[in-house]
Amino acid sequence: MSTFRNLALCFAGATLLTSGPGHAGPALGQAATADEIAAWDISIPPNGSGLPPGSGTTKQGAAVYAAKCLACHGANGAGKPADPLVGGIGTLASRSPLKTVGSYWPYATTLFDYVRRAMPLDSPMSLSNDEVYAVSAYILSLNGIIADDATMDAETLPKVEMPNRNGFVNYWPQR
Amino acid sequence: MQQNRRESAEQTAAILSKRVAGGGLIDRRAFLTHAMTLTGAIVAGGLTGTSPVRATETLGPGILPWQLIPGQPFRTYGEPSKFEESVKRSIGQPFGAIAPGTGSSFTPLQSLNGTITPNGLHFERHHNGVPEIDPKQHRLLIHGLVKRPLFFTVSALARYPMTSRICFIECGGNSFRNTLPEPPQVTCGMIHGLVSCSEWTGVPLAMLLAEAGVDPKGKWVLAEGADSASMSRSIPMEKVLDDALIALYQNGEAIRPEQGYPMRLLLPGWLGNMSVKWLRRIKVTDAPIHTRDETSHYTDLMPDGKARQFTFVMGVKSVITHPSGGMSMQGPGFYEISGLAWSGAGRIVKVEVSADGGASWAEAALQEPVLPLSLTRFRIPWDWSGGPVLLQSRATDDKGRVQETHKDWAAHYSPVNRYHCNAIQTWNITAEGSIRNVYL
Repeated sequence: MSTFRNLALCFAGATLLTSGPGHAGPALGQAATADEIAAWDISIPPNGSGLPPGSGTTKQGAAVYAAKCLACHGANGAGKPADPLVGGIGTLASRSPLKTVGSYWPYATTLFDYVRRAMPLDSPMSLSNDEVYAVSAYILSLNGIIADDATMDAETLPKVEMPNRNGFVNYWPQR
Repeated sequence: MQQNRRESAEQTAAILSKRVAGGGLIDRRAFLTHAMTLTGAIVAGGLTGTSPVRATETLGPGILPWQLIPGQPFRTYGEPSKFEESVKRSIGQPFGAIAPGTGSSFTPLQSLNGTITPNGLHFERHHNGVPEIDPKQHRLLIHGLVKRPLFFTVSALARYPMTSRICFIECGGNSFRNTLPEPPQVTCGMIHGLVSCSEWTGVPLAMLLAEAGVDPKGKWVLAEGADSASMSRSIPMEKVLDDALIALYQNGEAIRPEQGYPMRLLLPGWLGNMSVKWLRRIKVTDAPIHTRDETSHYTDLMPDGKARQFTFVMGVKSVITHPSGGMSMQGPGFYEISGLAWSGAGRIVKVEVSADGGASWAEAALQEPVLPLSLTRFRIPWDWSGGPVLLQSRATDDKGRVQETHKDWAAHYSPVNRYHCNAIQTWNITAEGSIRNVYL
């Protein structure tokens, strides 16, 4: 197998020896500013860092869902034609598991991250941050994971305890 | 001439008698060792003054119409023969018209030979269609736990020192149809065609990260695409430093739109979904992001309700492409069994073939060069008696990994798991000469 590890270590060593910018390769990149990075970075890890300002309630989320999600994901997130979002908690070890946001997803932050970047499918990134918080709250409440009157924001969303949080076995490093 | 023909027939019979396992399998070297003898016979025939066959048969009615008119002139970009129009990817759109760009298209493995997949037939997997990206507007951002966050334009990357390598890409969901309760009666490509093999050329990601200056706390990177799913995956730094490539070229030409134009990440041997296409962003992080495609999807549910996560390395695998599902046999007699083998962990060292459902095995010949993390072509001669046969292939890689039977593979997983199916494929050739997919 070809390997670039030596190359990288070599460059890393060169960088350590110089106080200025490391010129490991041709150095044809352009410096990115903090503002540019903020505008590009849309990924949200489980601790919620990077979650934007804004908030949404389950009630507001019900309205967003009816307008933007229901046609594909069905009433109450039951699915069909697209993936089901609600139900199935406790079924994963059965012969007919139902994998949904409620029964399977380990982190609520992933719901915000994915809806914001990729949904609705015919118009990705068209929802406001408030709408993404709201529809996330609605799906979580339909699953019985948060209260019917809950509000989701940058503080509350990462604290949501998903039922399948401990349902995954890490296979890296390779087993 | 008659004597030569008789000698040739006797030699063929001698070859076909070199059985090495049940069901009519013949020593993989049988034709190689006889080639010298046969060549000798032909040369000897010429020297005795026998008239060449060609001289009598190509006169008059032997001349065909395309020899009598000038052919087509030049093309700026070539296409396959019109007689090969049936060789196409088959398309799967699980959500139909509501999400026409979500799903996959399958390489027609049963119609190809060799190991390199033509660019127009490389499998596709899209999460919301193929974006039409203007390379002048596309940039790659490297940021996160780095000293110097950097943007790279396509034209800047094109000036970097490049490297080329041949490797396969296999979707994590390849062969998912063989995880369904009943074996599907479709072509080999429609079952196993979410794997393809190309020569990829581009810039080592390690070089760009070195320029950005990775913080020692950086243990993972997030890779994100510029498609309308903004598909993203977390990748361990070990793999990035080992052999990750920012690929710009595929089989010599710019990567096609459906493969990530103008650039894709390439992680040789690893789950295809992680070789993020239309790459726009690399963020160095201290831990995985747990994106949708590494939690709700591409995780492997087991019978106890727990799911394997971060199963990056594709398993050792093989499949017989000739003959295979949906084909019809042309009567008893000689056939060459041929197929593909690969492993995400290294190099293929052995492929065994069984013509009796695994009761006996014979080693197939491996076509050189046998490259790590690449498709490897195997071949073995076979004399089909005309009776029912269960054809299988079983690959072993240089890490000692061996394919399991379908039954043993399925026991590891929940019935709904669709990922990492590398079980032994069984083709049942019936006495009527049809070929069916069965689970053993």
